[in-house]
Amino acid sequence: MNERDREHSSPQRRKQVALFVTCLADLFRPSVAFASIKLLERAGCEVSVPLQQTCCGQPAYNSGNYEEAVPLAQQVITMLADADYVVAPSGSCAGMICHHYPRLLEGEWRERALELAAKTFELTVFLNDIAHIKPPGKKPSAAIPSVAYHDGCAGLRELDIREQPRQLLRDLCGIEVSELQQREVCCGFGGTFCAKMPEISGKMVDDKLNDIMATGADVLAGGDLGCLLNIAGRARRQGKKIEVRHIAELLQQDRDTPAIGEGK
Amino acid sequence: MEQRSDTFLDNASEALKNVEQAKRRDIIATFAPLMRSAAIEGFDEFDTLRQHVKRVREHALDHLEYYLGQFEQQAVQNGNHVHFARNSDEFNSVVLDICQQHDARRVAKGKSMVTEETGLNSFLQRAGLEVMETDLGEYIIQRAGETPSHIVAPALHKSAGEIRALFQSTHDLGARDLPETVDLVAEAREVLREHFLKAEVGIIGANALVAENGYSMLVTNEGNGDLCANLPRVLIVCTTIDRVLPLAQDATAMLRLLVRSATGQAQTCYTSFYSGPRRDSDVDGPIETHFVLLDNKRSDILDSDYREMLECIRCGACLNHCPIYSSVGGHAYGWVYPGPMGSILTPLLTSLEQSHALPNACTSCGRCAEVCPADIPLPDLLRDLRHEENSRKLSAGRWRLGIKLHGWLARHPKLYQLSTAIAIHTLHLFGRKRGSYSSLPMASGWTSQRDFPAPQGKTFMQQYKARLKRLAEQRNEH
Ligand code: SF4
Repeated sequence: MNERDREHSSPQRRKQVALFVTCLADLFRPSVAFASIKLLERAGCEVSVPLQQTCCGQPAYNSGNYEEAVPLAQQVITMLADADYVVAPSGSCAGMICHHYPRLLEGEWRERALELAAKTFELTVFLNDIAHIKPPGKKPSAAIPSVAYHDGCAGLRELDIREQPRQLLRDLCGIEVSELQQREVCCGFGGTFCAKMPEISGKMVDDKLNDIMATGADVLAGGDLGCLLNIAGRARRQGKKIEVRHIAELLQQDRDTPAIGEGK
Repeated sequence: MEQRSDTFLDNASEALKNVEQAKRRDIIATFAPLMRSAAIEGFDEFDTLRQHVKRVREHALDHLEYYLGQFEQQAVQNGNHVHFARNSDEFNSVVLDICQQHDARRVAKGKSMVTEETGLNSFLQRAGLEVMETDLGEYIIQRAGETPSHIVAPALHKSAGEIRALFQSTHDLGARDLPETVDLVAEAREVLREHFLKAEVGIIGANALVAENGYSMLVTNEGNGDLCANLPRVLIVCTTIDRVLPLAQDATAMLRLLVRSATGQAQTCYTSFYSGPRRDSDVDGPIETHFVLLDNKRSDILDSDYREMLECIRCGACLNHCPIYSSVGGHAYGWVYPGPMGSILTPLLTSLEQSHALPNACTSCGRCAEVCPADIPLPDLLRDLRHEENSRKLSAGRWRLGIKLHGWLARHPKLYQLSTAIAIHTLHLFGRKRGSYSSLPMASGWTSQRDFPAPQGKTFMQQYKARLKRLAEQRNEH
């Protein structure tokens, strides 16, 4: 347990969490951000949403435009400097903050980036490992769907997110994940990659989709909207029936909101 | 070797259409990682060894001149000739000179990616020499007139059926039809044996050069390297300046990582050290031996931010774990080295102008770096190359502009939130019924392959701010 954990583990003070919404949730799927807020509150946290937030700078960074990424990183660091904890419903945005800001920046900014990295968490990691969210008193009333899980690459390899989402689905919803054969393989999203090299990306997402369909699951959950938009979009194109959702929605038992890519 | 990395996207597209090969690539992409992880699982020292070898390699590169000097001195003392070549032309000429000094007609050649890099075979052939590749995979692709598709398994793209057809059309088989894989191997062995015995010059590569004793080290599974080295009168070891390690034990430490990462074996069938020409007491061996060490921009890389790339031990694990490599295969990359390591080496060893598509063939999924026994941060180096591509304005102008505009907008939160709210609202209006679009004018790359999921409606920021306002009003009323 680090200093900060100890300081916050006192029962008197609720954990103060700043939600980093992520631009994809902001623009395409606000329900993910709302579900995240509710989950964090259920876990006993006080949630605020810094109003200046836009984008973490990943598109610029990954395209190799470091000059555009630097001011965005600095903007995020300044905005979140006073937060106790920062939580993002995305492994790739949390990975950007935790791993790539310190790599991108130098000198004093690098120090500040490292400070931010130390208090920034991906949603499922925070709920499971830090806030220790409790299961609801009564068992979920709705039928339990069969769920496959897509591990985003940044979550897997930059943040070592493996068990947390599965543990949460088990504890909070009574769901046992139906595992893919190739959990470690990328879905072909890759930010601008999917638009720059569409054919290769299409082949990769097809492989992923075949793997998902082979589990026989009704729902595909994941922690990264980028991957989920990619997979849901390809499923729609191929006419494959699978309900694609961010894990926050599932954990919050929200299946009334139309799934990603589904109409009203 | 001739380069066609500039047409990577077209090459890839063609490769994806070859269904047979694509299927085989998928199978290999499933099994190769399993074999590697099985080999690493019971090998607890892997991580410590990886760190150790990394330190050794860093040290060797930090003092490259010193260790190359030591190697040269030791090797000469052992009776070898040592040549340094700045570029491919110099390299090929040195090798040809040696062959001509010995009036050689035939060359038996072991596997060497360096000679692929310099185009040695065709150079020697143009000068009238007969060059025979003796590694089975290399032999097959030489017969087929192709280039390697993998740095460890050069004929990985060929099926047994294709190889059979190749032998049927190029070998004098008589009534034999080579039904089994072992028959194919036996057939190649038969043809090669003859050549081993007739060749005047043997050429092999090296996995490492050992500075302390002037030896080179080579691992093979077929033993062909040893035949190339010992049967012909003259031996030429072809490699690059960055292969030098201080001690013999460094080379064997590296070997333990290399073989497990490459083929999932604990050891290859043959591990050999080559010291020099036959001594009076030896019953066989070459009478003259040469080392030809190529630079070809490696000393530039040493002084650049990509220096870590020189620590690559050519195991091929990053290829085997790369979803893009396994989607399109090695030939699509258009030069000698494919996959993640090739997408870094190709721009560095040739030019970024010709090959800037390659560093973009990456989703930053990070699987390559995770398995790389040399602990090279491949996705970071690829991104740095994209940075260079961007700075030198080699990338498409509309991409650069798009990123710039997005960056500018994202630095102005008020404007960003206002304009995204409008854009998202419009998108939502058109797509809400169906839930997604099958085509969008600004996102044709995306919609060529998949539908574009429609946004839910108002942006989160809009909704959240409205909610804060409502709460404030309620508070005021009370
Ligand atoms: S970059 Fe690493 S994984 Fe790839 S071939 Fe070199 S040593 Fe092996």
